[in-house]
Amino acid sequence: MNIIDLTVHELQEKLKNNEVTITEIMDAYINRINEKEPEVEAFITTYLEEAKAKARDVEDKVKSGEITGDFAGIPIGIKDNICMKGTKTTCASKMLENFVAPYDASVIEKLKDENLISLGKLNMDEFAMGSSTENSYFKKTKNPWDLNKVPGGSSGGSAAAVAANLVPWALGSDTGGSIRQPASLCGVVGLKPTYGLVSRYGLVAFASSLDQIGPITKDVKDSAILLNLIAGKDEKDTTSEEVPKKDYVKALKNDVKGMKIGVPKEFFGEGINKEVKEQLEKAIQTYKELGAEIEEFSLDIAQYALATYYIIACAEASSNLGRFDGIRYGYRTPEYTNLKDIYKKSRSEGLGDEVKRRIILGTYVLSSGYYDAYYKKAQKVRTLVSNEFSKAFEKYDIILTPTAPTTAFKIGEKSSNPLEMYLADICTVSVNIAGLPGISIPCGVDNEGMPVGLQLIGNKFKEETILNAAYAFEQKVKFREMYKPEFKK
Amino acid sequence: MKVSKEELLHIANLAQLKLKDEEIDNYLLNLQDILNFANIVNNAPVEDLDITIGANEAKNRFRKDEIKIFEDNEALLANSAEVEQNMFKLPKVIN
Repeated sequence: MNIIDLTVHELQEKLKNNEVTITEIMDAYINRINEKEPEVEAFITTYLEEAKAKARDVEDKVKSGEITGDFAGIPIGIKDNICMKGTKTTCASKMLENFVAPYDASVIEKLKDENLISLGKLNMDEFAMGSSTENSYFKKTKNPWDLNKVPGGSSGGSAAAVAANLVPWALGSDTGGSIRQPASLCGVVGLKPTYGLVSRYGLVAFASSLDQIGPITKDVKDSAILLNLIAGKDEKDTTSEEVPKKDYVKALKNDVKGMKIGVPKEFFGEGINKEVKEQLEKAIQTYKELGAEIEEFSLDIAQYALATYYIIACAEASSNLGRFDGIRYGYRTPEYTNLKDIYKKSRSEGLGDEVKRRIILGTYVLSSGYYDAYYKKAQKVRTLVSNEFSKAFEKYDIILTPTAPTTAFKIGEKSSNPLEMYLADICTVSVNIAGLPGISIPCGVDNEGMPVGLQLIGNKFKEETILNAAYAFEQKVKFREMYKPEFKK
Repeated sequence: MKVSKEELLHIANLAQLKLKDEEIDNYLLNLQDILNFANIVNNAPVEDLDITIGANEAKNRFRKDEIKIFEDNEALLANSAEVEQNMFKLPKVIN
């Protein structure tokens, strides 16, 4: 048995049967990080010594009966835009290089209540703006399947860490695809919950009407388990919704007979890589064999949604990131003459290229003269996108698309052309625009052995439907048994 | 819509950003590119549609206006570049 190859539910089973101990699990992950992190560079900060000590402590308390629960001592990795009290939360930005979070995000409180142990904070595109993790101020994370390629983004550190077995599972955040797209490129499972299912309190805001925290895991069951842990209304986030508590693990029935799956033909058109399409067609065939009813339909919103996404997300970012002015927290320029000077120099020196680009775009679309032409129009398109999805969900239980138009691309290949990079999100952004849940699961590999992701989109608060469908596919195809990251150099 | 250099500098000023010369040319090009793409929203069939401001139903959430003390004041202040007497220190604002 190799501990690091196990999923969390397998670890829980082995812990229960006394086949493994909490400290053995922790030691295995610490050794793995020491061995592979220099190649993958998934972490911004690690707390290996602290984690080791914590594991010993938790183990003692479990033995003495002081603490109980299925999650005691299970390691986890956290994207570095989620606040953990007393530790650095950098958002991969020079601006927050020395920011120490004064409080826990609500999701972190939930994990701490269950005695999970964080191994560290994971790399990302600066302020979650990007699709390759190349926009990190600190380092470029590598794709464990091929170290010359990007892991996707913005939760690239989280996805790469799970794929490389540096952590058994991780939290990411998704504003336009930032959980699903890196999960797709790294061959792991990434779930963006319905907007409002998981509290955003303590998640450093990028675009508040689109952001959601969600799990990145080795398999679908772990995704359901972690969602069980983090979901729920929070009085500290007024956009979190009161929905009846569900057990997402119980929803995994491994049965999709009679399930109606809609396949929007526009998501398979121009710009979608041929090999991605081939793998998706195979996946559709698999669902047919499993007894699902597949129907092609028209959902002609992808291009509109992408343009709308960049207008709305940048507008919200330009407002949200106004708080980084060098006064209460974050980088302050060493030389200044007056207050205005502090603001301008601190922001200009502390924020990276892509972040400034998006702030400028966002300020532009909100400025007098352009507000109606861009921002207001985009808000109307947002209604259109939601309406089109609502219509589709009158007919279908699930909508199936590729997660990303391509498999992982080479480091540096798209970093000089922002618009080309934005196209990496073409299949995922509409889900955020409409506030729906979406999951990416691996469905095959391309000719170079790079993973291809399949996206399942559900109706609002119907996570159980997409998780069940993802689970049925996973049980049939057994991707993890067939393919493993090779750390190709 | 064509973006001029003056317009870009005006926008950067609104966003409290100071652009270097080499950034100006680059951002002008990028902004133009992205706006050309974003113009597609003007072809969308949205004449009769209202705007959407958030992913969920727009409704007010009310709660009691109660003061809750944040215990760890020191941790908050520790993130500032300059602090004096339990306050953030700034350069003189009024002459």
